[in-house]
Amino acid sequence: MSGETALEPVAAPAVSPIRFVRRGEIVSLSNVPPSRTLLELLRDDLACTGTKEGCGEGDCGACTVVLGEEENGSLRFRAVNSCIRLAHSIDGMALWTVEDLAAQDGTLHPAQEAMVQAHASQCGFCTPGFVMSLFGMYQKYIAPTLVTACTSLPPEGALRLRPGKAGSAAPAGEEGAANPITRAMAVEELSGNLCRCTGYRPILDAAQGMSARRRVAMDEAHLLSKMELLAKERRGLKADFAYKSPRYLRELLKLRAARPDAQLVAGCTDVGLWVTRQHQQFNHVIDVSKVRELRRIHDTPQMLAIGAAVTLVDAFAALVRQWPQLHSFAARFAGLPVRNSGTLGGNVANGSPIGDSMPLLIALGARVVLMTQRGSRELPLEQLYTGYRQNVMTPDEVLAWIKVPRPGAGKGGGQAGLAPSPLRGESWGEGSEQLQVYKISKRFDDDISAVCLAIHLQIEGGVVTHASIGAGGVAATPMRAGKTEAALLGEPWNAATVQSAIPILRAEFSPISDMRASSSYRREVLGNLLQRYWLESQGLQQINLQAFTLEELA
Amino acid sequence: MSAAEDLSVSHDTVVDPQVSEAHAQAAGVSRFHESARAQVAGTATYVDDIPEIRGTLFAAPILSTVAHGRLLGVDTAAALRMPGVRDVILARDIPGDAMLGNVAHDEPVFAQATVQHVGQVIGLVVAESVMQARRAARKVVCHIEPLPAILNVHDALSAKSYVLPPVFVKRGDAAAALKSAAHTLQGKLEVGGQEHFYLEGQVAYVVPQEQNQWLVYSSTQHPGEVQHWVAHALGVDNHAVRVECRRMGGGFGGKETQAGHLAVWSAIAARKLKCPVKLRLAREDDFMITGKRHPFAYEYTVGFDDTGRITGLQLTMAVNCGFSADLSGPVADRAIFHVDNAYFLQDVEIASYRCKTNTQSHTAFRGFGGPQGMIVTETIIGDIARTLGLDALDVRKRNLYGIETRNVTHYGMTVEDNILEPLLSKLELTAQYRRRLEAISAWNGGSPVIKRGIAITPVKFGISFTATLFNQAGALVHVYLDGSVQVNHGGTEMGQGLNTKVAQIVADELGVSFEQVLTTASDTSKIPNASATAASAGTDLNARAAQYAARNVRDNLAQFVAGLDRCGAGAVRFAGGAVLTPGNARPFTEVVRLAYANRIQLWSDGFYRTPKIHYDKTTLTGRPFYYFAYGAACTEVAIDTLTGESRVLKVDILHDVGTSINPAIDIGQIEGGFVQGMGWLTTEQLVWNDQGMLGTHAPSTYKIPATGDIPEHFNIALWPEPNREDNVFGSKAVGEPPLMLAISVFEALRHAIASAGAAYKTEGPPRPVRLTSPATPENVLAALNRLNPAWRTI
Repeated sequence: MSGETALEPVAAPAVSPIRFVRRGEIVSLSNVPPSRTLLELLRDDLACTGTKEGCGEGDCGACTVVLGEEENGSLRFRAVNSCIRLAHSIDGMALWTVEDLAAQDGTLHPAQEAMVQAHASQCGFCTPGFVMSLFGMYQKYIAPTLVTACTSLPPEGALRLRPGKAGSAAPAGEEGAANPITRAMAVEELSGNLCRCTGYRPILDAAQGMSARRRVAMDEAHLLSKMELLAKERRGLKADFAYKSPRYLRELLKLRAARPDAQLVAGCTDVGLWVTRQHQQFNHVIDVSKVRELRRIHDTPQMLAIGAAVTLVDAFAALVRQWPQLHSFAARFAGLPVRNSGTLGGNVANGSPIGDSMPLLIALGARVVLMTQRGSRELPLEQLYTGYRQNVMTPDEVLAWIKVPRPGAGKGGGQAGLAPSPLRGESWGEGSEQLQVYKISKRFDDDISAVCLAIHLQIEGGVVTHASIGAGGVAATPMRAGKTEAALLGEPWNAATVQSAIPILRAEFSPISDMRASSSYRREVLGNLLQRYWLESQGLQQINLQAFTLEELA
Repeated sequence: MSAAEDLSVSHDTVVDPQVSEAHAQAAGVSRFHESARAQVAGTATYVDDIPEIRGTLFAAPILSTVAHGRLLGVDTAAALRMPGVRDVILARDIPGDAMLGNVAHDEPVFAQATVQHVGQVIGLVVAESVMQARRAARKVVCHIEPLPAILNVHDALSAKSYVLPPVFVKRGDAAAALKSAAHTLQGKLEVGGQEHFYLEGQVAYVVPQEQNQWLVYSSTQHPGEVQHWVAHALGVDNHAVRVECRRMGGGFGGKETQAGHLAVWSAIAARKLKCPVKLRLAREDDFMITGKRHPFAYEYTVGFDDTGRITGLQLTMAVNCGFSADLSGPVADRAIFHVDNAYFLQDVEIASYRCKTNTQSHTAFRGFGGPQGMIVTETIIGDIARTLGLDALDVRKRNLYGIETRNVTHYGMTVEDNILEPLLSKLELTAQYRRRLEAISAWNGGSPVIKRGIAITPVKFGISFTATLFNQAGALVHVYLDGSVQVNHGGTEMGQGLNTKVAQIVADELGVSFEQVLTTASDTSKIPNASATAASAGTDLNARAAQYAARNVRDNLAQFVAGLDRCGAGAVRFAGGAVLTPGNARPFTEVVRLAYANRIQLWSDGFYRTPKIHYDKTTLTGRPFYYFAYGAACTEVAIDTLTGESRVLKVDILHDVGTSINPAIDIGQIEGGFVQGMGWLTTEQLVWNDQGMLGTHAPSTYKIPATGDIPEHFNIALWPEPNREDNVFGSKAVGEPPLMLAISVFEALRHAIASAGAAYKTEGPPRPVRLTSPATPENVLAALNRLNPAWRTI
């Protein structure tokens, strides 16, 4: 036998079937290669061509689908880009595509009907993606306001129509209640979906129009029971399986040790592009995104410890709770479908010099925990990187945690808690830490920084007692502006200090010129952003377009 | 106005002669897009969604990696060894002409002896799956000996490198006018190109039929040309090629000629391999291969009097056409035609250079040179106003075309339908321009970092193909025995709502409900030799042709019913699903059945050609346009003087669509056109490196506007007057004109930049604001620094 097998061509490693819940039923697909994307699976294997490919890199949103996962006993819905999502990563989840929303009799879902009523589709190619992002918003913001009374299982599919009284388009439940979806929310959650025809106004109207339409409730219990069935069937983690999705950290470390050559993915929002654009194929993939320990955020008085499998949307939410001024920056990190898939750990481990989380984390003094079966080590984030997308990690090592110190933790005298917003017109409080992060890009939302600068200072007695500054887009790796920190530390916090630090910051890096910006612009703006920080510290209002509003519009 | 208002749809198909005609009308109402329900349900079919026929193979292009060079050889061995690969298709496999069948005849189907830009297609790899083909295409080794490349328009000008000869247009004596002018300004401007970024990338699917016939599914604005090109390349007659396009996922001009290339390439592969071949470009390949909006560079001298009225203009426009002519001639011509925008230019001299560079061959893009013609004059007027210390809107109004005098364009066409002055004045009032201008000025004085700016700019856009022969169209209307109606026309649906409007017009012509009329896929076997759906003229041409076709059927029915009721055919009316004579009312379906039984023809063609137009191609004089579409926008912006970032804060638009066939669709065109124009002038930057490689070749680096770029205050109002020319339903074309309303964004940004400069002005007249488009943060900061390099250190 052994002689015979030796003569055979090297067979592709076996894969376990992908099982997920769609239209209320379990779907099981065998022999799906580990590098196959969810979009290929839908369009080519299942002939579901409603989901479109616009760009193949997670930037346009035409391929958006919605995934459901169990979280604290109920379903959590996330709109994600199917074009850069590996098909195997949805194993055990519920999936909705644009074909899955309308009722059996063709009655459109409110997300669809609102688009029709608002004249929000022209060429229609981006439309399925928008509909799915709207469906995600519907489940997140409108569905919870419905009184859930679905007890019986729907005979066909997971969605059932819940007509309002006398079948009218009901402002169900709370009469006169405010629209659960504001325009600002719609702008933010749809920023990862591009439309080239409409100019977006009707689509934003559609988002706000959903709540006024006839409401549709989902039978979550039914779906959860199906997903539980899938979860019970413990998946083999055989060493020869090509796509491994461990559930526990010890499994992950063991698999990593056994397969240091495997491609590690943790959300796949960059690795997905290696597949679609660089045409890479992986024989072995280890997906960390289901590792339970790494999906948690530990919130202690000293720090936030963010697991490497925590999605960007959840990680940023935790950071924003601590530093509310980060809200806009968080919303500007890619588009929601990418933040829903991508992980903070993935962003950090990937180590792109223009990744936006690292300058912020460096300024916050974050440390990373690297683990192997042999043990773990911890180091400051900026020491992770050794060169362009290169780091200190050994082949069997996994980035497990990102530890972010809380305000004031470990720095005596620091005033913990929220710093006053610069928009209130007060200068920053004595003794407080002040964190600001600035992102400069051609487009406000869903763009990559030309320059990203995060400045975190503590001023006590008029003197800078702590300075940590992270910068992106200025070198081959995310950087710490050590010389600038040194120029500020121990100096009085005044215009003269800032003016002398600006040229140091501009000279500290040698950024390249590329399609995003020239080297000279990057240098100039670095200094100007320090100036912005200084002006904000003096209580100047309306000096950052990120938070700019016209009084007459407000 | 809000587009969401008054969008009631009549589902009423019950015959009721009492129903008032106005109520029953299909046109003039905001009908939903005919495909809206299918689009939101994911069931609207695009070319890549068509179920593949057994044996279908997939192609991927082999691209030049060198901007200019001698192609010494192509090594396909490694690619052919890749899994699933069936063949590599090169120029030697072209059965017909190796040059594309376009007018200029200067573009090879596949590069042969030389390559002329990075991304030029050398051949195809054909494989059993898309990814196999794409992977293998990168394994093809092209041996290219580099030659000197011309990568920008300035180098092309000095080398006299042109795709077409320069064109000079003059009226009066500009040199003398400049000499005697009270003031003169000299200046330069650079305006970048624009990628179409249709959400559906270019795609073609070619299916061999029996007896050397070919079925081509193409995402194209011009099925007739795709048919012609494919036949030309395969060496077969046009009648052996049928091209079908149900809809495009966006076109914007990018699928006017560029779609033809993919169809030709796929057809050559399908012919060689004798099986269906589909070619769908990966987004980055689409960026690398296809042409974009033409980048322009300008130099000018303008003379003006103390009131800001222009007395003379000398203008040079250098048009970056890329490596071949494509549509560059007519694009550059339209730029010349629109240098005046809304303004009378008495003594004017325009030189237009159609420069050849080693980049993608730039092509049609919404506005088709019009935006590039207008923007230079709008920036000139902004600078004149600042030089004289006058308000820019006052100077704009002072330069507008007159009604009785000053009403002839520099190409000799009398502007007969001028509504510019009342339109601008109305917008000035409704947008509260004067009050806001004052408020902004006061606010800027107290704002150290953020500066706001405001501008109103007008648009006057000529409607018709400048090539007179293209202004013709045909349609077919079929009435079936159940009374349902099918209409087909030579236009294409790319999202603009053409099929919806055509159905509305046909429904009213026959007095039936909108839902009773179905518009079907564009198909060269139904309407031959149709013009491209372009030049904003899709509805003007095709809805009229369809109206005439429906009218022919209606006349047949009217005559028949008149015979039954012994009245004149002119007394027969068609309304509310009924056919009405003075003494009788019959359901439309009953009349159809009766007519059929009496052997009356229930289908007809219709043909339309635009009247009145003519022009001399050599002197560029005459009446190239049937009429003008007008509009104006008032835009307020803010800039950050530390970073150059900007935001559009408020937009008010007043636009002229004549009597709207479908207000919601027209407003959609206005909003979408404005936002697309805003992208062109702000975030959308094409960057080629010093090797001629386009660096911004994906949405990660090329940024079209997103939800966050849209001002919360975004008001659109329609000018309430029908087209003064006899046009379908009294409407006006709306596809392109609104894009140019976005020039108000650029002028508002320059106003804000000037405000920043003014705050730190020392002495002398203000320097003109030199802002390069697009107004990226870097370009805005550079413009600020040019005004006063030292200002921020104060």
